Amino acid sequence: MIAYHRPRKLEEALAIRAAQDVAVIAGGTDVYPAAAGRRAWGDPTHKDVLDITSIPGLDRIEETASGWRIGCLVTWSALGRAALPPLFDGLKAAAREVGGVQVQNRGTIVGNLITASPAGDGIPNLLALEAQVDIAGPRPRQVPLREFLTGYRATALEPTEILVALHVPRLDGARSGFVKLGARRYLVISIAMAAGVVAADATGRIAEARLAVGACSAVAQRLPALEAALRGVAIREAAEVVQADHLAALSPIDDIRASAAYRRGAALTLLRDLLRGLA
Amino acid sequence: MIAFTLNGRHVETDAAPFAPLSDTLRERLGLTGTKVGCEAGDCGACTVLLDGAQVCACLVPTAQAEGARITTIEAEDPLVEQLRAAFLAHGAAQCGICTPGMIMAARDLLTRDPTPCAPAVEEAISGVLCRCTGYRKIVDAVLDAVPHATPMPSAGGAVGAAVARLDGAPKVAGTDRFGADAAPPDALWLRVVRSPHASARFTLGDLEAARRGLGLQAILTHRDVPGINAFGIMPNLKDQPVLAEGLVRFRGEAVLALVGERAAVEAVRDGDLPIAWEPLPALHGVEAALAKGAPQLHAHAPGNVLVRGRLTSGDADAAQSAAQAEGAFETAFVEHAYIEPEAGYAEPTQGGMTIVACTQAPYMDREETARVLGVAEEAVRIVPTACGGGFGGKLDVSIQPLLAVAARAVNRPVRVVYSRTESMASTTKRHPAILRARMAADAEGRFTAYALDADFNTGAYASWGPTVANRVPVHASGPYRVPNVRNRTRAVYTNDTPAGAFRGFGVPQAAIATEALVDDLAEQLGLDRWEIRRRNAIGHGDVTPSGQVLHASAGLPECLDALKPVWDAMLSRVAAHNTSATRHRLGAGIACMWYGCGNTSMSNPSRMRVVLGRDGTLTLFNGAVDIGQGSTTVIAQICADALGLPLSAFRFVLGDTALTHDAGKTSASRQTFVSGRAALEAGRDLRRKILALANAGEDATLALSGATLHVADRAGGGRSIDLAALASDLEGDGRYDPPTTALDEEGQGIPYATYGFAAQCALVRVDTVLGTVKVEEIVAAQDVGRAVNPTLVIGQIHGGIAQGLGLALMEEFIPGRTENLHDYLIPTAGDVPPIRVHLIEDPEPEGPFGAKGVGEPALVPTAPAILGAIRHATGVRVTRVPVLPHRLWEALHVRQG
Repeated sequence: MIAYHRPRKLEEALAIRAAQDVAVIAGGTDVYPAAAGRRAWGDPTHKDVLDITSIPGLDRIEETASGWRIGCLVTWSALGRAALPPLFDGLKAAAREVGGVQVQNRGTIVGNLITASPAGDGIPNLLALEAQVDIAGPRPRQVPLREFLTGYRATALEPTEILVALHVPRLDGARSGFVKLGARRYLVISIAMAAGVVAADATGRIAEARLAVGACSAVAQRLPALEAALRGVAIREAAEVVQADHLAALSPIDDIRASAAYRRGAALTLLRDLLRGLA
Repeated sequence: MIAFTLNGRHVETDAAPFAPLSDTLRERLGLTGTKVGCEAGDCGACTVLLDGAQVCACLVPTAQAEGARITTIEAEDPLVEQLRAAFLAHGAAQCGICTPGMIMAARDLLTRDPTPCAPAVEEAISGVLCRCTGYRKIVDAVLDAVPHATPMPSAGGAVGAAVARLDGAPKVAGTDRFGADAAPPDALWLRVVRSPHASARFTLGDLEAARRGLGLQAILTHRDVPGINAFGIMPNLKDQPVLAEGLVRFRGEAVLALVGERAAVEAVRDGDLPIAWEPLPALHGVEAALAKGAPQLHAHAPGNVLVRGRLTSGDADAAQSAAQAEGAFETAFVEHAYIEPEAGYAEPTQGGMTIVACTQAPYMDREETARVLGVAEEAVRIVPTACGGGFGGKLDVSIQPLLAVAARAVNRPVRVVYSRTESMASTTKRHPAILRARMAADAEGRFTAYALDADFNTGAYASWGPTVANRVPVHASGPYRVPNVRNRTRAVYTNDTPAGAFRGFGVPQAAIATEALVDDLAEQLGLDRWEIRRRNAIGHGDVTPSGQVLHASAGLPECLDALKPVWDAMLSRVAAHNTSATRHRLGAGIACMWYGCGNTSMSNPSRMRVVLGRDGTLTLFNGAVDIGQGSTTVIAQICADALGLPLSAFRFVLGDTALTHDAGKTSASRQTFVSGRAALEAGRDLRRKILALANAGEDATLALSGATLHVADRAGGGRSIDLAALASDLEGDGRYDPPTTALDEEGQGIPYATYGFAAQCALVRVDTVLGTVKVEEIVAAQDVGRAVNPTLVIGQIHGGIAQGLGLALMEEFIPGRTENLHDYLIPTAGDVPPIRVHLIEDPEPEGPFGAKGVGEPALVPTAPAILGAIRHATGVRVTRVPVLPHRLWEALHVRQG
């Protein structure tokens, strides 16, 4: 029998985490499919479950002095409905592309991070937003997202910890976008995707650009060389700056969805499309 | 206890908190309207509302329903009621398995946005997959706030009326019973342990110790099969074991059957069972299986060739030609992806067995199950449940022999519900094909010769491989006059998933090759692609490559003529767009098809019975299984007009081998044509008896009121028959077997009594930089003989087109890799474009009221039309499907050099 814990306090949840190996569940949109996949080939076992959805206060989006705090129970749909500045347009676009509406209504942005799939639609956006993660545990800590994501479906979250919120820093005048490529219109795992945050000065020149590509490496990646090349470029001309060299650090693979070579080419196109969309 | 509000009522359940809400609703609270198609949030069949918002109930821990408002299809709700009516009126429910989820998703939208636009509807239902309808009718239904159904026709007016499907009400109410929806309360559960290896030997250890340790009632092996441990479609080829005997030939093959209480069965780890595996090299794909020195997979198949098909007419090598085209083409395994995984139960009876399960072929199930049990066929009763999609995949037995063996072993009812992955890994697929074809034409573009060599990967077991190998040579050269044809096919055993029947039996694969060659010839000769097809279109009086003269109902020329304005408009639109477009280019494509209705050169009779009871009830005993296509409705419409009583007077006894005659299987587009004709004969037979009894003339009209039958003749005279006073019920009996002849060694003969014909135009938009393809529009013209029910006919055409689109662009089953509905992609509501349909009615004299089959044909031309459109847009001649973005991109890349 699988034990099911549904505490009403974060401290209780952390105590359970500290005491035993549990699967943390919020929206369940990754937990159940993974269990079904294992069960189908003869492994019906499952860890005990820690359901954190009864803990109050974790489902809010709050504006803070330095930016926005997104609680770990905020769903894609809730984010999509929230009144947020254009900085979040990319993440909001992703919110409409993750799974179907049912998954958007249940799945959380933080859950997408913790699953840490290379094709997680939230991840390139949050990298471009330079999100930090708030971790509760024996030693509460705040970690930049790029350090939190450590590899293919791997994160820095310790078994004793719970990721309670994201913090997205303010970037005045910034806009963002997200483009996703899949083999069908809806309900599709990304072949490749690109997300970007761009802040321009009064003359329309790029003051800061942060770009990330997903599904083209074990962990979605920022593109520092491209970002540097874009600094000072008129935003209308930004798309022309993107070159294949800027994607050298990506390491796409061949899989059922696409070839590595295609992904590399597609990433280039998606970045150009993204920047055109932001111009 | 977990407490919540369910459809306005307070409920409490002791379900496990981690149990998915879908399971709690179905198994604990008895609301089986919420369907389960994947348990992974991929299909949306389990969509319910949680505090008003659509969610997949399979992803919601029951614990999280605590205190929430849950709304399901069973809700009494004005919006849900409106959607039910609209779904019925628009033909938006076919098999009905996705309908509850669709309606709940639409309810969520209409609450937020009472007057949505079409794209908003598509987005709102985008998380619910439908495999039958092609979505457009669903979108129409959601957009239609005030649905108006076609009224029930009066006597004599049923054929041609677009009445809502007669079995539709329970589908939209969520009360239709599918395979997983009911079982006796004392039923044990069955779980099949399957091979994780494509090729392996295995030995079993102490199963009795394992059984005791795991708390199971039984662990069954091949030794527990009381009869013959083999099944298969072909009468002389029962090559698939119910449970493997020390050797497995594909990943997913059944090895053991675990029987016990649900919790015990579901808790078993395969790793805890005493199975020792010795993996062997596996033959994947026909090249490996045909390679010199390849291991022979079956003793009866030297060289791993299961069967060869052949057709020769004229001399394809000697024909003179001005233009020649040839090419090699490749298609993938395609999964049926019916939204209902196989499910049902078996219940032992005195000396026999009753199987209640989803199926397309109850009588074949009976035969197979009886052999496995070692009992007479009459000792087995097959009661089909509602069938949540079939498309050929539920023609073979799957769960039936396993259930029967298990129920016999424990002498109790036993039920099983396949998981999505189990369904995909273990049941049949569309055959992957490698096709090498050439075609020639004279200077005027008249086809002179066609030749095909095609190998079909039939997987580990024969299934319908012989049918594919025999059907393809007849059809491969397309619906054209071709005097010289030489076709050779092979079905080849491999260690892949068995391939069987799938809408079109190999013809869609062949059409991809042939229609590309037709485009090649048009290009070489400078002819328009419509023009070359029209010049060669087979029609009345023409002779097919098998030597059959088409005496009637050959409406391809009319189909093409109907499409001519569409084609010209598409070409103009493409030309106008592409002059300025560089990246997003449009393209138009056109393709034709023909398709023989019924079995190939084999008897495939159907028998129907209609009874006018002494109590005044009129009952059609119809053994044809309606798998969503609408045969229950269509066959009744035919019978009603043949008899002369109104459709509304009919009651039905459907598809139960103990109560109905054998109507044959629901396949080969045969039910409207063959069973419809049998229903016509049954209706006429009853009418004759009534007229004789009343001493009335042929043109008399009938009316039924209570137990009184009024028979009125034209002159105004008439009499009333008091049915209650008759000595017995009045019965009409009808049987029909389409006239065919055997094919000789060169494939000459009359393989089918009639053929369906169709042509389709596709307009696509290609992103030439990313290699993505968006189908913008499909226009179809199809000769259906007579559209007995235009709504249902158009529904079949839409659904076929959606599957053809999937075949062309996204569907590729790879054993071990795409065994779920997030890695295996079928079209969503956003992928199927607007569809226009021209129905051509060139009546078939053999068919009931001129009708012939429509189910499979619509799928056949779609993929080649889309491929032709991609070529028109990009210049890339596609030779491999699906055209995934990277494949088109690579082809474009090569071209750009």
